[in-house]
Amino acid sequence: MKYSKTQTQDLLLKIENSLRDYLLNNNIKNPIIIGVHTGGAWIADWLQKSLGFEGKAASLNISFYRDDFSKVGVNPRVDPTAMPVSVDDKHVILVDDVLFTGRTTRAAINEIFDFGRPLSVTLVVLVERNGKELPISADIVGEKLELDNNKNIKLLGPDPMILEIIDKG
Amino acid sequence: MNEKDDMGIKNKELNQQNIVSQQHLRHFLDIEYLPKSLILDILDLAESFAGVSGQPVKKVPLLRGKTIVNLFFESSTRTRTTFELAAKRLSADILNINLDYSATKKGETLLDTLRNLQAMHCDMFIVRHPSSGAAEFISKNVLQNISVINAGDGRHAHPTQAMLDIFTIRKYFSDFTKIKVAIVGDILHSRVARSLMHALRILEVPDVRVIAPKTLLPIGIEDMGATSYVNMDEGIKNCNVVIMLRLQNERMNSSFIPNEHEYYNLYGFTPRRLDLLAKNGIVMHPGPVNRGVEISSEVADGDRSVILQQVSNGIAVRMAILSLSMQP
Repeated sequence: MKYSKTQTQDLLLKIENSLRDYLLNNNIKNPIIIGVHTGGAWIADWLQKSLGFEGKAASLNISFYRDDFSKVGVNPRVDPTAMPVSVDDKHVILVDDVLFTGRTTRAAINEIFDFGRPLSVTLVVLVERNGKELPISADIVGEKLELDNNKNIKLLGPDPMILEIIDKG
Repeated sequence: MNEKDDMGIKNKELNQQNIVSQQHLRHFLDIEYLPKSLILDILDLAESFAGVSGQPVKKVPLLRGKTIVNLFFESSTRTRTTFELAAKRLSADILNINLDYSATKKGETLLDTLRNLQAMHCDMFIVRHPSSGAAEFISKNVLQNISVINAGDGRHAHPTQAMLDIFTIRKYFSDFTKIKVAIVGDILHSRVARSLMHALRILEVPDVRVIAPKTLLPIGIEDMGATSYVNMDEGIKNCNVVIMLRLQNERMNSSFIPNEHEYYNLYGFTPRRLDLLAKNGIVMHPGPVNRGVEISSEVADGDRSVILQQVSNGIAVRMAILSLSMQP
């Protein structure tokens, strides 16, 4: 099942508004927005622009921080991490398309800390689905979904961004 | 092993040891039979690893808990150090064993040394040895779960050096099918030249030249897809990449050149020769550099030289090879 372009756009606007309020309420003026490859990086770029921040969002390739290397190895064709500014003493907004088991977020947080010591990390996701395996929750969520174990949800993009629910292959 | 055999090792079995499936390394012993796609995968992965050296914490946890042994039967500084740094940047534990001065001197056989290291639950051996075929021999005598990387065996192969050389070339010339590459110097004794020629052939470089006095050109060099030149000025003309090799006096058992001074005049890369290269041409050298023998200081330290970039790139390329050989 595919979300329509408008339905996905509505979720994007929802997280944008929530994030705007969150930054205002917490008096955060210059956060660093970091997206997780690949869907999270598209959303992070979109948020960077729509919130009026200059430049491109940073992006993380968490391949080298995954916990399943001994089972699945490493994919050679991934874009490198792009962290153009220091995260030291900065508020980090970590963005991903889907929060599922929490393992990707765990890896992303570990990688961020190899670039410095941020003041805080806030997790923003478009979709949070059932299946959590680690004590990790998102601060800002577009939509919470209950999906069968045999279903996957992924983001197609980057332009337009469209969510799709598919059977696990 | 005679010279002809040394240059002509063609062993299908080696290929199977190199590669378990098309995209999966078990050992990394030679480049000769690697598929182009796997070579490109290694280069792509190395691009991702290159960024790690620029991070505040120069480490990723990919090989945490793995134990790697640098098993060097021949002295080396650059290769051993870059393998050590590559392993450390992948968070593996690494042991350096210099067998020149170790157990073998006390009479222990190589196989006994290997058995002892296996009993210590090591996961990978990085082997340098003065005899051709040593890494392959070791790969046949280790447990199934241990990977062997060839860090240079006799005159046979130095595949990780060739990989870092083509990685460096790709930084300047993205399309291998449009470049001219010359390898200059002691081709006869050079495992780097052999591995490099295989890599350039697989990557479909259309014009590969080897330049040396006749005494330092192996028999059958044309079979490896290279054109030989005795005149350096002719050979390097319009080349995009010139790779200078060191005169390997330690491997020479008779007189191959009249003297170093004359060799420098005929085959040394002097500043005058820079003008013969293509406009964007670069000069490479695997090190150690003999200044005033095969290259002048002015060229080695000049803006067309990428010799130090080769060293930096060696870490990222070796990180890629270690992680691809260690994956399930």
